[in-house]
Amino acid sequence: MRAMTRSVNETPLSHIRNFSIVAHIDHGKSTLADRLIQMTGSLEMREMKDQILDAMDIERERGITIKANTVRLEYDAKDGEHYVLNLIDTPGHVDFAYEVSRSLSACEGSLLVVDASQGVEAQTLANVYQALDNDHEIVTVLNKIDLPAAEPERIKAQIEEVIGLDTADAVEISAKTGLGVENVLEAIVKRLPPPKGGDRNDPLKALLVDSWYDSYLGVIVLVRVLDGHLKKGQIIRMMGTDAKYTVERVGVITPKMVTVEELGPGEIGFITGSIKEVADTRVGDTITEDKRPTSTMLPGFKPAQPVVFCGLFPVDAADFEDLRAAMGKLRLNDASFSFEMESSAALGFGFRCGFLGLLHLEIVQERLEREFDLDLIATAPSVVYKLSMTDGTERELHNPADMPDVVKIREIHEPWIRATILTPDDYLGSVLKLCQDRRGIQVDLSYVGNRAMVIYDLPLNEVVFDFYDRLKSLSKGYASFDYQITEYREGNLVKMQILVNSEPVDALSMMVHRSAAERRGREMCEKLKDLIPKHMFKIPIQAAIGGSVIARETISALRKDVTAKCYGGDASRKRKLLDKQKEGKKRMRQFGKVDIPQEAFIAALKMSDQ
Amino acid sequence: MTITTRFTGDFRAYPDAGDPGFGVYLHWPFCAAKCPYCDFNSHVRHKPVDQNRFVDAFRQEIAYTAGMTGPKTVTSIFIGGGTPSLMDPSTVGAILDTVARNWHVPDGIEITLEANPSSVEATRFRGYRDAGVNRVSMGVQALNDADLKVLGRLHDVEDALKAIRLAREIFPRLSFDLIYARPNQTVAAWEAELKQAIGYAVDHLSLYQLTIEEGTPFYALHKAGKLIVPDGDLSAELYEATQAITGEAGMPAYEVSNHARPGAESRHNLTYWRYGDYAGIGAGAHGRLTLNGTRIATATERMPERWLEMVEARGAAHVEIEELEPEEQADELLLMGLRLTEGIEVSRWQALSGRPFDSARERDLIANGFLERLGNDRIRCTPAGMLILDAVVADLAI
Ligand SMILES: Nc1nc2c(ncn2[C@@H]2O[C@H](COP(=O)(O)OP(=O)(O)OP(=O)(O)O)[C@@H](O)[C@H]2O)c(=O)[nH]1
Ligand SMILES: C[S@@+](CC[C@H](N)C(=O)[O-])C[C@H]1O[C@@H](n2cnc3c(N)ncnc32)[C@H](O)[C@@H]1O
Ligand code: SF4
Ligand SMILES: [Mg+2]
Repeated sequence: MRAMTRSVNETPLSHIRNFSIVAHIDHGKSTLADRLIQMTGSLEMREMKDQILDAMDIERERGITIKANTVRLEYDAKDGEHYVLNLIDTPGHVDFAYEVSRSLSACEGSLLVVDASQGVEAQTLANVYQALDNDHEIVTVLNKIDLPAAEPERIKAQIEEVIGLDTADAVEISAKTGLGVENVLEAIVKRLPPPKGGDRNDPLKALLVDSWYDSYLGVIVLVRVLDGHLKKGQIIRMMGTDAKYTVERVGVITPKMVTVEELGPGEIGFITGSIKEVADTRVGDTITEDKRPTSTMLPGFKPAQPVVFCGLFPVDAADFEDLRAAMGKLRLNDASFSFEMESSAALGFGFRCGFLGLLHLEIVQERLEREFDLDLIATAPSVVYKLSMTDGTERELHNPADMPDVVKIREIHEPWIRATILTPDDYLGSVLKLCQDRRGIQVDLSYVGNRAMVIYDLPLNEVVFDFYDRLKSLSKGYASFDYQITEYREGNLVKMQILVNSEPVDALSMMVHRSAAERRGREMCEKLKDLIPKHMFKIPIQAAIGGSVIARETISALRKDVTAKCYGGDASRKRKLLDKQKEGKKRMRQFGKVDIPQEAFIAALKMSDQ
Repeated sequence: MTITTRFTGDFRAYPDAGDPGFGVYLHWPFCAAKCPYCDFNSHVRHKPVDQNRFVDAFRQEIAYTAGMTGPKTVTSIFIGGGTPSLMDPSTVGAILDTVARNWHVPDGIEITLEANPSSVEATRFRGYRDAGVNRVSMGVQALNDADLKVLGRLHDVEDALKAIRLAREIFPRLSFDLIYARPNQTVAAWEAELKQAIGYAVDHLSLYQLTIEEGTPFYALHKAGKLIVPDGDLSAELYEATQAITGEAGMPAYEVSNHARPGAESRHNLTYWRYGDYAGIGAGAHGRLTLNGTRIATATERMPERWLEMVEARGAAHVEIEELEPEEQADELLLMGLRLTEGIEVSRWQALSGRPFDSARERDLIANGFLERLGNDRIRCTPAGMLILDAVVADLAI
């Protein structure tokens, strides 16, 4: 407990190290964080569990990190000195790259973790380049050397060749067994730089790194102090939003929340202050003291650019206000998702939401449902199109339902991405075919050892639905993928409508490339045929462009649905079954006479088979 | 094949024309072996059951229940199971006497006992008759030995036929149960078997499609793909064939799975489906009672030994005595009543639910030929509607 009560500002800058752990998904960042926490004695053995920082249920179930997490460690190094280490464990999945970029700006160094059996992957590249852009010192860590398939020497050569990092002093470890992790701690102290400049008595300047909502403490703000110090009772101002608050609590995360007297220059920690307004705590903002402000603001973060949009609607219309409140709270924990109100003819009131990718969408929906006990319907994901109208104006289209009359549109432009895909040679043929099928244009093909690195330009619209799933399945999980949005290009795009029992279902309409419309239409109709339960009458399902039907399926009428067996006088049992049926009906949406289960809306868009 | 015929049954001809009545159900919870499809409250005991102890407990629970209802006239008695034909005739006699001492039991009311063909003896059957039983419901299940084996039954076809013959001699009324839509059953095979069964029938048949119940061995087999039962289309054809054949033979359905010569419908079953009052006595029995104008659902402890101990300690073994909200009663009335070809009284349902049927839904159901109005206060399923009854009920109940 000694460590936890020591006042932080006693640590001189030279004895502080702030670093992020970055890697491709699953290369072992969170497991390495476990070992660092354990070996510095931050938690007792009995308090440990695997990937302890992945605290959300959804992270534990899926075995991935979604949210970056900060931990303050205390380390007695071999040089006899005592160091404070602030570690930020980041997510590896491409959809959460925004978490990584924010984490990087709070630190001076990075641990680049590379799985010694897998080698360099797409997010390894993306993340290391980001770290270099932030002027980070990098310690390369080769992980999983306990695996028989580990080939540290070969992977080192690969890192030198592809990334150009010197691997002479790369640290070889097994985060799982703890082998070599001591050397990581020493490398952090010796090779990563301490925070620069900063004086405790300067005007306060702190970076708002992250914020989240805690049901006990309210809004918690994660900060990195650059100059000055933060302590209880101070009146602070968020310079971007101009919001003022009195600091109620100052602390560090060890990973327990431990209150400290103050946070000094170079430190990372949290503050609370009865903050109500979600909009007030904008990540990247500069926090200063109201009565003695700093003269310059930090450059802040580039706002997260949502690339996929969809509508989220409450299953029960009465939950609309609850959904609004839940979104506000969730947005505090996840600055990269955006929402604005919308209404749909079929679904009533809801929100049009922007996400960084499809996994992000799925996670946000699931968190809203679980953490706030809501039932939601998600509509077809869509990218942002730019429309040039015949009258010379330009407009953005976030929702296919808002598509104006085609005669008023001169051109439709869609976002393109540049994708980097690394794949074992064996799957190269299938990967190229997939890209080609998705209207991709090959830019480059080279080899990294025995792995092919393909660069493709692709329309984002072809990627958002299921590209990643397809890529993973056709390469048995071996191919990796990263992308950046590059530009808008004109495309022959049309709005495809889905008609169920002759009624258009706006929530299922989507923009597609004319050349892919028939296939998409057919797939949608087939999917819906499986997803919509049989009714008492037969239900035609059609895909149409303008007035013309391009695909159709029919759901045959219910043939038999009657409990045959006699339960004697047990009417309660029958009633309970009826109650379940009623519950099920409530989870469906009525379109004309047809009940469509909410699962249909999102599942119909995951075209996993082709 | 589609059913185009209309129901022939005229409900006014059914026993007590629409009157729900008051039935007494008594449960005997033991069987010689557990059938792999069965999820009824039945238990196998390897030591002989102490029937005297059960008689005493039945006496107490009957008296207790009569104390709840006050004086009433009974319209039917049903001894079900389990396998009641494992009871000594003296046990049956003592129980029926107790019923008659606690409520008014007019002469000649329907008194049914469920029997298994494997536990039939002439002397026992005569004993039941002497005790007052006037109707037997026999669990024949199939008229071919291979299927009886698949169903895990202890009897063969010969046993069944012998039991039917004996029952016909001794009891004025006889029904027997068949399970169809069995694994691998074809329409042709079932049609032949059903026609044969009608040849043996007296006045009533219960024809149940095999239901795969959770927790049974059949459920596990079915889930593992090792037991294939007829799917939607085939089971619909089997059902339609059943309606056609029984209709022609003069034993039309009066309920989803029950068939009778007109006038020979089971009085007791009609009470359930007309959503009347019935007392549920014995282990795991359910009841519906109207006490001081309030509708009550009752259920008793399912485990026979626990039931005994509870009754001995407190005079009854209710684990549930629950008031039913009017909307719950409305749901139950609909669930039970639409199973009957006579349908339900719309005004009775409306009084309970406090609203009329959703007129758009009702109109669609009628327009699609699943529902029909009879006169101005009765609604019922058409034969096509009966085939998708659960969906029709869900539509109207929501
Ligand atoms: N054999 C072995 N397995 C490891 C080692 N380090 C991590 N793993 C396993 O690799 C998997 C992924 O580990 P995580 O620590 O969750 O990886 P991550 O990089 O944090 O993953 P994301 O946060 O989703 O990007 C888990 O199953 C770990 O148990 C190691 O040194 N050896
Ligand atoms: C309560 S059981 C008792 C009858 C008696 N014990 C016997 O089995 O012969 C009443 C009837 O329900 C039917 N039954 C039981 N389980 C069934 C199932 N899983 N599916 C369809 N009918 C079933 C059988 O026809 C059985 O005769
Ligand atoms: S004999 Fe009847 S009650 Fe007993 S287990 Fe078999 S089906 Fe069930
Ligand atoms: Mg992780």
